[in-house]
Amino acid sequence: MSTPLLHIQQVNKHFGGVAALTDVSLSIEPGQIYGLIGPNGAGKTTFFNVMTGLYSADSGSFVLDGQAYKPTSVHKVAQVGIARTFQNIRLFNAMSVLENVMVGRHIRTRNGLWAALSRHRRAREEEAQTRQIALELLEYVGIAAFADYRADSLSYGHQRRLEIARALATEPRLLALDEPAAGMNATEKLQLRGLLEKIRNDGRTLLLIEHDVKLVMGVCDRISVLDYGQVIAQGTPEEVRRHPAVIQAYLGASAHV
Amino acid sequence: MNLTALISQNTASRARYGLVLFALAIVLAPWLVGHAGGNAWVRTLDFALLYIMLALGLNIVVGYAGLLDLGFIAFYAVGAYLAALLSSPHLLSQFPALAAALPGGMHTPLWVILPLAGLLAAGFGIVLGAPTLRLRGDYLAIVTLGFGEIIRIFMRNLDRPINITNGPKGISSVDPVQLFGFSLARTHEIFGLRVTSVYFYYYLFALLVVLILFACIRLEHSRIGRAWVAIREDEDAAQAMGLDTRRLKLLAFAIGAAFGGISGALFASFQGFVSPESFSLNESIAVLAMVVLGGMGHIPGVILGCVLLAALPEVLRASMGSLQQTLFGQVLIDPEIIRQLFYGLALILAMLYRPAGLWPARRGGAQ
Repeated sequence: MSTPLLHIQQVNKHFGGVAALTDVSLSIEPGQIYGLIGPNGAGKTTFFNVMTGLYSADSGSFVLDGQAYKPTSVHKVAQVGIARTFQNIRLFNAMSVLENVMVGRHIRTRNGLWAALSRHRRAREEEAQTRQIALELLEYVGIAAFADYRADSLSYGHQRRLEIARALATEPRLLALDEPAAGMNATEKLQLRGLLEKIRNDGRTLLLIEHDVKLVMGVCDRISVLDYGQVIAQGTPEEVRRHPAVIQAYLGASAHV
Repeated sequence: MNLTALISQNTASRARYGLVLFALAIVLAPWLVGHAGGNAWVRTLDFALLYIMLALGLNIVVGYAGLLDLGFIAFYAVGAYLAALLSSPHLLSQFPALAAALPGGMHTPLWVILPLAGLLAAGFGIVLGAPTLRLRGDYLAIVTLGFGEIIRIFMRNLDRPINITNGPKGISSVDPVQLFGFSLARTHEIFGLRVTSVYFYYYLFALLVVLILFACIRLEHSRIGRAWVAIREDEDAAQAMGLDTRRLKLLAFAIGAAFGGISGALFASFQGFVSPESFSLNESIAVLAMVVLGGMGHIPGVILGCVLLAALPEVLRASMGSLQQTLFGQVLIDPEIIRQLFYGLALILAMLYRPAGLWPARRGGAQ
């Protein structure tokens, strides 16, 4: 077993008297699609927000790629190497599709004020490279034809792809997707699944937080199941599917498979 | 792909034509206006140029970064007072020691004042921005509004215990602009043509407008400009992309303020006089109205907004009296009141029928 890419231990988070997360630990191997599922209100989104710096954890340790990081602010987590998408797609609507991805390159580029004003040779090179990489990413997710369109003029499925391309532009070590299949029809889900597998097969690591159990079971290499803020099962999709605690959480105590 | 290439080529040549026309308009405008209406109208044009500088600065803050600033005129005030203090006898009359050190008087040249005004205003921008940028939307607007008022009230009351700003009386006899011994305040004869002061100021201001314009356009299409627009569009998503939104917003505040400060310094030299009354909340709102009316975040729109809103009051002031005279044989309503009425009406109509501005940014792509 190789060292995990993301190793999170004993995360606790309380909102007032409510324990939203209790001792949540998980560890993601590089090159996997890792699924985090659970019924409504199980704490998936809270965990996601804690991990990406939007909420601060009461306690817990976070290690990415062997280096401890403190998720204290959103932009620092992104700089450390975790890029995220949003459950309700959040693009820069008035910007072009290409510009959206170029913004994703921000933390991997250096052009400052002087570069913007003078456009010296290195600045122009960097800008051209940014554009080139952004175009390649659009091609990668299959929406290069819409590069000059306004982001909000894309269809829902394409907007989701754009969001993924924008996140990939930050060269993340971990790509974290918050319910990417939400609101998608069957065809779009199938295409999304293809894209996620393609990204994984190119050696990237993904964390998937998802409602759609079918998608998660189909695409993930390993899964954690949350319920009432606690991890109730961890393992391969097969193991999780048969786990009694999972069955109980999803179907109720008396259910039989 | 062919079609996109064709379109981009088309827009490129259109942009070039636009630029040539724009340059021609800038060069010829004072002569056309002056010929038709005399020096007073060229003076209005000079003020329009000052407003364009201000509005381009505000456009960076409001238009690009999406931070509603209702106290922008404070930076104009900072620049104006700096220029007034550095090139008028006021400071020397207050501090004899300084007067002894500068027997020739306080006459700082423009090329020193302008960068200083820009830097000082940028500093004020950061001072304002640093504690307030956690606020969003309306809350930020209220704090900036307060800041604008604080600066004005400071200028008004900083005549005691040490007289720095000369209080409500303001600072007078500010040096007019002098470039290489050439005074812009006098009438000169050039190739047998009598050229008055307002024309010289016009071309000086136009030069600075072009420089600021250049900076704005380059910033807009840069890594930093994109980051600003991203923050405007969705601050949370921008942060999730790793953008240090706090620093980027501060930068927007500083650069916008610098342009405001430069504009203010020119204003002081042009007027020869500054007082707190020039920097009221009304002025902040007027500049914001120019940006919004023209088209937020779209430079040609902002310029159009400035020219219209700077000229409209003057046109109404000049026409309403005589119009009533011809229609009714007498002046029934004070032209000044009608002017306010129409000014407000024009703004309301524009907001009703062109909510995105008269000349908004082209919406990229279709469908």
